[in-house]
Amino acid sequence: MEKTINRLTGLLAGAALLGLVTPAAHAADTLKVGLMLPATGTYAKLGNAITNGFKLYVDENGGKIGGVAVEYAVVDDESDPAKATENANKLVKRDEVDVLVGTVHSGVAMAMAKVARGTKTLMIVPNAGADELTGPLCAPNIFRTSFTNWQPSYAMGPVLLDKGVKKVVTLTWKYSAGLQAIEGFKESFTAGGGEIVKELTLPFPNTEFQPYLTEIASLKPDAVFVFFAGGGAVKLAKDYAAAGLKDSIPLYGSGFLTDGTLDAMGGAGEGLQTTLHYADGLDNAKDKAFRAGYQKAYGMAPDVYAVQGYDAAQLLAAGLSAVSGKVDDRKGMIAAMEAAQIDSPRGTFSMSAAHNPVQDIYLREGKGSANPVVSVAAKALADPARGCRMK
Amino acid sequence: MDIFSFLVQTLNAVQYGLLLFLVASGLTLVFGIMGIINLAHGSFYMAGAYLAFGLTSATGNLLWAIVLGVPLAMAIGAALEALLFVHLYKRDHLEQVLLTYGLILIFEELRSILVGDDVHGVPMPDFLAGSIPLDDTLSYPVYRLAISVVCVGLAIGLYFLIQRTRLGMMIRAGSHDRDMVQSLGINIKLIYRVVFALGVVMAALGGMLAAPISSVAPNMGGQVLILSFVVVVVGGIGSVWGALIGALLIGFADTFGKVILPDFAGVMVYLVMAAVLLWRPEGLLGKG
Repeated sequence: MEKTINRLTGLLAGAALLGLVTPAAHAADTLKVGLMLPATGTYAKLGNAITNGFKLYVDENGGKIGGVAVEYAVVDDESDPAKATENANKLVKRDEVDVLVGTVHSGVAMAMAKVARGTKTLMIVPNAGADELTGPLCAPNIFRTSFTNWQPSYAMGPVLLDKGVKKVVTLTWKYSAGLQAIEGFKESFTAGGGEIVKELTLPFPNTEFQPYLTEIASLKPDAVFVFFAGGGAVKLAKDYAAAGLKDSIPLYGSGFLTDGTLDAMGGAGEGLQTTLHYADGLDNAKDKAFRAGYQKAYGMAPDVYAVQGYDAAQLLAAGLSAVSGKVDDRKGMIAAMEAAQIDSPRGTFSMSAAHNPVQDIYLREGKGSANPVVSVAAKALADPARGCRMK
Repeated sequence: MDIFSFLVQTLNAVQYGLLLFLVASGLTLVFGIMGIINLAHGSFYMAGAYLAFGLTSATGNLLWAIVLGVPLAMAIGAALEALLFVHLYKRDHLEQVLLTYGLILIFEELRSILVGDDVHGVPMPDFLAGSIPLDDTLSYPVYRLAISVVCVGLAIGLYFLIQRTRLGMMIRAGSHDRDMVQSLGINIKLIYRVVFALGVVMAALGGMLAAPISSVAPNMGGQVLILSFVVVVVGGIGSVWGALIGALLIGFADTFGKVILPDFAGVMVYLVMAAVLLWRPEGLLGKG
């Protein structure tokens, strides 16, 4: 099979040389974007939102990014780290993409980053929050338009201290996203004089919370801080309310607790306060235009993932406009992307030295099925980018 | 741990164990009596939860959803047995694993096409929605207690069915010697169909009952499947009483593992399984 394909490509190449085949569109005047996102599996919805956001920007600009026509090569990464290296290599070597955009799953994104580092391909991460991507794995050609796991949680520390909370129990799944998020919270909360009474973890993706709730009730902290997402988040909020803890010990979390999960929580999500780099009802013109445009194009409301995809395209545009569309001027592009001020629906953000957004983190409160903003929990928060050599 | 916490944790353990029993009992029946390794058992649990979600949205009440969902699950079970599983009885375990693993993928894809990949919640019936206060901070949801009562009832019912009825006698005989039972004029094919449908109903019912306190989400069957296999192996393959004791043991191991040895909570269940198998390789109530 492999051989046949090689022979076929050989034939095609020969034909192209002889002028029998019109050269493919991939000339200097197009930007080839490799979208490596989940189209199936648990994260399919997130992958779609990111793709939609990215394409919305391109469509708004007449099919172009920074004046350059866009061509897509798409791979479904299935959120499977075992296939990640092969998939990324397919896009880089077979499709010869100019930029890799992906992905949701941190393990897959880290494998992609290794390919990007090895092949010096430009890469933009539109979701995966692993601290490492803009930490030990940071590289001049790797950018992120989302967040680090550390960021939203770090912003919650001072919020709780302001409310007079002194003692907190934390609860999360024992996997890297959860542990990194709890570390972020712990760092700011204990620095301000707060005390973590106990750090509870349960194996991923176990959702039998009852023993932990009993323990929380006997520890009687001032508040509980958690990191959960998806089905686990829904179950936690429901169990927490059913155990009667919601009224006596307030529950706080990183924003993924209540993003896309409030409907399923029923009343249990009402009033839950979380921190994230995006919120409903932000008072900026860009967000209003973005929401209207997204609603019109896809018939549904955008979410934080769509924003991150949209901003990946915006960041590329900032780079390409600065070099007047010369895709080959990598150095110039990277310099412009580093200096860019992205006018995002979440509010304007810039890039840190490690290529992660320096952004506002909002405090939000669950109301119905939305997370309207309460206040800005942290202004222009930068990830410490520990282990990154570009600082 | 004070005595109060200990008692509440014991309650947690029993309640969790009983729910595990409900799902595992179907697996042990199908495995023990028909000799089929059914990896798709977790998918039936998921199907039950999604049926509860769909039917509760349509009828407005979980009880109606269960009343409608149980016959539906039974029909699905009987149909699957007639179309697919009937061909597996004479095949080896590898082929059973291949088919039932394929079914997992098909069920997940069907779920994705029909309902989507969103997470859903199912409201519980109003009269069970309350909580009983245990002290000033902690209360215990009435619904969880109700589940325990239902599970105990089903365990007794299942025991009665298998040990005390004519059908149960035929089922037990069929698991020993299929050919002999058939030559005595008993329709063994029908009995297998009933047993399989019963297994599917138990799993689906587990999913339906768990839906309001859990979330209805993609891949929710996977974890339940693994724990059910642990329960079946610990209890002894084919033994309903064994499944009950195994489920309670696993419930206790998981709950108290999380409290006493939080760093080892993930392996606690499997340590218990390993210890039981070292002591009794056939399981607690298995017939060697």
